[in-house]
Amino acid sequence: MVTMNFLDQIGWIPLFPLLGAVLMLAFGKLLDPQREEQGPGAAGQGPALRGLIGLICPGMVLISFLLSCGAVWQVARTPGRIHQVIQFTWVAGLPFQMANGHSALFQADWGFLLDPLSAVMILIVTGIGFLIHVYSVGYMAHDGGYYRFFGYLNLFVFFMLMLVLANNYALLFVGWEGVGLCSYLLIGFYFHKKSAADAGKKAFVMNRVGDAGFILGMLLMLWVLGTVRFTDVNALLRGGGFQPEVAGFGVLSAMSLLMFVGATGKSAQVPLYTWLPDAMEGPTPVSALIHAATMVTAGVYMVARSAALFQLTPGTSMIVATIGAFTAILAASIALVQNDIKRVLAYSTVSQLGYMFVALGVGAYWVAVFHLFTHAFFKALLFLGSGSVIHALGGEQDMRRMGALWKRIPVTHGTMLAGSVAIAGIPGFAGFFSKDEILWQAYSAPNGGTILWMVGLATAGLTAFYMFRLMYMTFYGASRVTAEKEKHIHESPRVMTVPLTVLALGSAFAGWLGTPKLWHLSASFRAFENWLAPAFATAEGVEHLASAEWILMGLSVAVALAGIGVARYFYSIRTDIPERLAQTWRPVYTVLYNKWYVDELYDFLFVNGLGKGLGRSCSAFDRDVVDGGVNGAGWLTRFISWLSIWWDTWIVDGAVRLTSFLVKALSYPVCVLQTGRVQAYAFYVVIGFLAFFGYYVTR
Amino acid sequence: MYPVTTIHYLALSAALLLIGTVGVLTRRNIVVILMSIELILNAVNINLVAFSHAFRAVNGQIFAIFVITDAVAEAAVGLGILIALFRNKETVLADEVDLLKW
Repeated sequence: MVTMNFLDQIGWIPLFPLLGAVLMLAFGKLLDPQREEQGPGAAGQGPALRGLIGLICPGMVLISFLLSCGAVWQVARTPGRIHQVIQFTWVAGLPFQMANGHSALFQADWGFLLDPLSAVMILIVTGIGFLIHVYSVGYMAHDGGYYRFFGYLNLFVFFMLMLVLANNYALLFVGWEGVGLCSYLLIGFYFHKKSAADAGKKAFVMNRVGDAGFILGMLLMLWVLGTVRFTDVNALLRGGGFQPEVAGFGVLSAMSLLMFVGATGKSAQVPLYTWLPDAMEGPTPVSALIHAATMVTAGVYMVARSAALFQLTPGTSMIVATIGAFTAILAASIALVQNDIKRVLAYSTVSQLGYMFVALGVGAYWVAVFHLFTHAFFKALLFLGSGSVIHALGGEQDMRRMGALWKRIPVTHGTMLAGSVAIAGIPGFAGFFSKDEILWQAYSAPNGGTILWMVGLATAGLTAFYMFRLMYMTFYGASRVTAEKEKHIHESPRVMTVPLTVLALGSAFAGWLGTPKLWHLSASFRAFENWLAPAFATAEGVEHLASAEWILMGLSVAVALAGIGVARYFYSIRTDIPERLAQTWRPVYTVLYNKWYVDELYDFLFVNGLGKGLGRSCSAFDRDVVDGGVNGAGWLTRFISWLSIWWDTWIVDGAVRLTSFLVKALSYPVCVLQTGRVQAYAFYVVIGFLAFFGYYVTR
Repeated sequence: MYPVTTIHYLALSAALLLIGTVGVLTRRNIVVILMSIELILNAVNINLVAFSHAFRAVNGQIFAIFVITDAVAEAAVGLGILIALFRNKETVLADEVDLLKW
C-alpha cells in the first residue's frame, strides 16, 4: 500500500484556500455577474455558475481539512509529536546587535510547524471552516456579491492556516495581519450600509492598536533572544538561561505584556473589545467563522504558543488572568439586556474568550485550548443557528419581535438548544467540561485564587441566564413576529441544517475528550490533555482534596441551572417581570443597555479627546509654528530682497546712471555742433582755418 | 596799359577762392557745391602756375597738372556718390542729408 507522507506536505494545506480565493477574486465575476447594488433578496441569475462557486470554495477547504487530518494522524505517530518543515528562508539575514552585545542575524523562515497545539487549531479552522462554508452556500444564496463573499472567506482560511501553522512569530504575524484584513473586508461586506463600513473600520483600527504591541513584543524578543522561531525561542527560554521574573518586572515581563496587548486586540479583551460586537454587521457566517470560532481565538493561540515565555513571567500571567476575568463578567453583564440576537452572542463570545484568558493566566494552557475547541463548536453553532432564525424571519434580528418559533423551525431550534445547553454548562455537554476545568484551575492553580473563581462562577450563572433568555425570547412563549414576517417563516434548506446538525453533535460530545480527572475514566476520555501535554511542559498541579473539586463542580452546575431557571421564570412564566425590573432598576438597566458607555467613553477620550485634540493641536502647530516659520522665512527673504533691490536701484544703478549722466552733460555742448549737415562741417573748417590764419598773421 | 603781374594773378586766385568757399558754404545743391570745389582747386592752380611763371621753375606747372587730374577723379567720385545718394533719397540738396552725426 502506498502511504502518502502528509507531514512533509503541510505547507500545501493553506495553499488550497488561497487558490480558491485567487480564482474567486480574479474570475468570480464571470461566474456570478449579478450586480452588487441589487443587495440582499435579489434573485440570482445563472444558478449553475453560482453553484460552481458553491462547489469550488467549500471544496478547497475540504481538501485542506483532509490533508490536515492526514498530517495530524501521522504527527501523532511521530516521537515528540512535532514536525517542522522549512520550505525556504523568507527574510534573509539582516544583521543587528542583540541586547547582550552579540551581533546576530534576523532570519525568518517560510516554514511550518505541526505540533499538538497547531494540530488542534488546523482541525478547528478547516473542519469548522468547511461546515460554515457549506452553510454559507445556502445562507448567501440570495445575496449579491456571492463570489466576493466566498473569495474573502477562502482568503481568510488561508491566512488563518498561515497563522496557526507558521513556525515563527514573523510568519505568524503575516497570518495575523491577513486575518485582520479579511475580517475588515467581511465585516464591511455590505459596504453600501454605512454602519457596516464603519464597523469594519473600527475593527481594523482597534486591531492595529493591539498589533503595535505585538510588533514591539516581537522586536523585543528578537533583541533579547535573537530569534523568532518557536522551537528556538522555547529552547532558549526553557534552557535555564533565564530565571522566572517572580519578584520584579523585567525585560521578559515587558515582552510577554506587549504580546498580550496584541492578543487583547485580536481576541477582543478589555480594553480593546468594543470592535467585536460591532463586527456583527457582517454576514452571519462571517460572525460564526471569524468572530466566534477562529480568528478571535488567535490571541489565545498566540499566548498558548508563547507558553514558555508566560511561564517565566508570573506578573504578566496575573494580568492576563485578571483581564480575562474582568472581560468575562463585563461582557456577560452587557449580554443580559441586549435585544439583538447576534449582539447577545457577540458579547457571549467576548465573555467566553475572557474565560480562555483566565485559563491562560493561571497557567492551564491546555484548558484554554480545550475551551477554545469546545467553544468553536457551540459558538459557531449558535451563530449559524441565529443566522438560520434571521434567515427564516427575512432579516429580523430583534428578539422582541420573535417568539414561539420552535415548532416552525424545528431543526434550528433543536440544534440551538444543544448549543445553549453546552455553553450554559450542563453536565455531559461540551461547555461543561471545558468551563468546569477552567473554574477548577482558576481556584486551585498556584496563580489562581478564590476571587478569580468567584468571578468565573458568577459569569457562568450570567451566561446560563442570557443564553436561555435568548432561547425563550426566540423560540418559546407567545409569538411577537409581525404578521408580514409570519407568512415568510420557513425552515432553512438542507445545506444549512446539515452543518448545524454536525456542529450540534460536536457541541454535545466534543467535551468527552477532556473529562475531569476526578471521574477516573479511561485515558481516551482525557485525550485532550494528554495530546497537548508535549506542547506546554506544564508542571503538575498541586493535589487538592477530591471533595473540594466535587463541591466546586456541583456549585457551577447549580449556578448554571439557577440561571436557566431564572430565565425560564422571567421569560416564560412571569413575562412581566423583566419590564418591572428594568423600571425599578432603571439606572443599572440603562448602564447595561448602553454597554457601560464604553463606546462613548472611548469616543470622548480617544476619538474626540486624543484623536481630534491631537489633530487640532497638530493643526495649530502646523499653522502657527511650521507655517509660521515658513511665512517668517518668506517675510524675511522679502525684506532682505527689498533692501537689496533698494541698494541695487539707488546705489549701484545710481552710480552707473550718474556716470552716464555726467558724460552726457559734458558732451552736450559738443553734440550741438554735430548737426549732420556737411556744409556746417565745412563751415567749421573754414572758421578753423581763419582762426589759425588770423593767429599767425596777427602774431 | 599795365603789365599783368603776379599780384594780379594772386588777386584773381584769391577772388576765385573766396567765391568757391562761399559757394561751398552757402549753396544747397550738391552739384553746385562740387562746382564750387572746382573753383577753389582752380584758384590754387592759378596760384601754382603764376608762381611757376614768376620763379621760372616748372615744378608749379607739374603740380597744377596733378591737381587737374585729382580734380577729375574727385568729380567722378563725387558725382558717383551723388547719383547713389539720389537713388536712395531722391534729393540733391545737401541740407536734407544730415545723417553724419551722433
